[in-house]
Amino acid sequence: MTSPLEQKKIRITGPSVVTANRTWDGAVVYRTAKQGWSTELADSTIVTTSDEARALLAEAAADDVGAVGPYIAPVELKDGGKVKPGNLREHIRAKGVTIDLQVPA
Amino acid sequence: MYAYDELDRTLINERVSEFRDQVKRRLSGELTEDEFKILRLQNGVYLQLHAYMFRVAIPYGTLSSKQLRRLAHVARRYDRGYGHFTTRQNIQFNWIKLAELPDALSDLAEVGIHAMQTSGNNMRNVTSDQWAGVAPGEIEDPRIWSELIRQHTTLHPEFSFLPRKFKIAITAAEHDRAAIKIHDIGLRLHKNADGETGFEVLVGGGLGRTPFIAKTIKPFVPGRDILSYIEAILRVYNQYGRRDNIYKARIKILVHELGIEKFAKEVEEEWKAMGDVGLTLDHTAIEEVRSRFSYPAYEKLPHMPDELKQAAHDKLFERWRKNSVSAHKVQGYSIVTLSLKPVGGPPGDATAEQMDAVADLADKYSFGEIRVGHEQNLALPHVAKRDLPLLFKALDRLGLATPNVNLVTDIIACPGLDYCSLANARSIPIAQELTRRFANHDTADLIGRLHINISGCINACGHHHVGHIGILGVEKNGEEFYQITIGGRADENAQLGTLIGPAVPYAEVADVIEDIVEAYLALRDRPEELFVDTVKRLGVEPIRERVYATR
Repeated sequence: MTSPLEQKKIRITGPSVVTANRTWDGAVVYRTAKQGWSTELADSTIVTTSDEARALLAEAAADDVGAVGPYIAPVELKDGGKVKPGNLREHIRAKGVTIDLQVPA
Repeated sequence: MYAYDELDRTLINERVSEFRDQVKRRLSGELTEDEFKILRLQNGVYLQLHAYMFRVAIPYGTLSSKQLRRLAHVARRYDRGYGHFTTRQNIQFNWIKLAELPDALSDLAEVGIHAMQTSGNNMRNVTSDQWAGVAPGEIEDPRIWSELIRQHTTLHPEFSFLPRKFKIAITAAEHDRAAIKIHDIGLRLHKNADGETGFEVLVGGGLGRTPFIAKTIKPFVPGRDILSYIEAILRVYNQYGRRDNIYKARIKILVHELGIEKFAKEVEEEWKAMGDVGLTLDHTAIEEVRSRFSYPAYEKLPHMPDELKQAAHDKLFERWRKNSVSAHKVQGYSIVTLSLKPVGGPPGDATAEQMDAVADLADKYSFGEIRVGHEQNLALPHVAKRDLPLLFKALDRLGLATPNVNLVTDIIACPGLDYCSLANARSIPIAQELTRRFANHDTADLIGRLHINISGCINACGHHHVGHIGILGVEKNGEEFYQITIGGRADENAQLGTLIGPAVPYAEVADVIEDIVEAYLALRDRPEELFVDTVKRLGVEPIRERVYATR
């Protein structure tokens, strides 16, 4: 769960996506195939090579108005093509906090 | 309470207008994120895992009921109905939308609250003892000086682009509740042999990846000279502090590398060279600020009112009273700490409903005033003892009367990986599990004073280095592990804890903490010997042996 803020070199070892926070409200978003952003991980463009990852990140970073702080995050591909977050940090970003809040989210 | 004047109100309102324009330009694309980041940080706006996080200052931990209601309003209107009180007398909202932030700031400005300098490389919120002005034996109210420093340093151009963030804390009591020794500058108010009020000045404290306890550079600086002396320190820091490496940029690194004697000499020379720069605080200036603090019209009340005698048979009340009610400087009154550490709850969180209810109780029982402590609890500073039984019942209904202040479940915890983009591991679930393990209040009383502090990364927002038991979340091969230290403390005898053994995985943390506590109970030489004193007497080894023998 090393912070992606420390992500310097781009080298992926498995399926990955580009994620960021939407500029106007900060919501977690994923880069889509249509050069847009979606709040659904299932809509994300999945890359499997470092070159693809670099290209997707560069394209996403150019959309500075749409989303902030894009970075590459690992995902897991489940049977049936379902996409799951690849680590705890991304799980928390995708699914929310792991604790019961005192008030409904 | 401190009453803002027209200048203060104008400053805050102008800042809101300025930020509204900056947000508008950011959302239109006129400003890039790189250009906007420093602007939002100067207004307390971070970008975290799920959303923007908005940090609001509560200078020296003092709030009026009106202000607390407004914080509740912000939680309800712009966030998800709750806020998180931090270790530096701030409140954070975790789910705020950038587009709505100017409106939230505007609503707060109406009651004199702002978020200026709650982030960025500038002078942060000046913190103080949450019992300031009411603690018995206090030299004088340290908030007078906190306010003078706050006014001088707010938007000060020389302090707005420091090498790194800069934090000041002030105490005027014998027991340090403001943790001044882990601040960049710690100020201890005291009187010299001539009866003059001034400050012992400590410098270079801080936690993070390179923790240091602050050292004294001048035993006595007269109150009238404190602004110029602080300015001299900051000038030396500005001149020599490192700007090339963020990890070496805090003043603690400079003090460590120069040595305290050399650093003190540099400051002294700078101070003398500055001459009279108009920063000497004359009597009028000090009294002007002092006069803006209002104090309650206390009644003459008995030390032991009938209401208190009658309530003494109620075991739940008595347990709470002994734990959460403290002596006040005025006879017949008490300071009441409101635990924000319910069993199973996130430490330091309060719902909008709780905030509104506390504001109502403050109006009814505490002259409309609330305090916020760095331990992430609230306090009502002026409660008549006769009102304690009724106040207890009201707090209990709100879930704010957990009798665990300063006990094992009064845990300080940062937001950790559940919220924070810097975190490596979760803090809150660890705290929640520990509060369940030690939920029995008889057991907690038996253990006695024991502070557990948890941080989700090396930046140490949960002050783990100075927890009696400190827990630091780290990452090992993608898994959450936790390093555990013991023997730290943040008070007048502040010291850093010592690592007790190898890091343990998430699932084992609570077991290890239980074992540490059991080892302490077996090793303490009498029930009154506190955990930190046992560690000090025996060292880490006997506890390490017992805890790690079977691991």
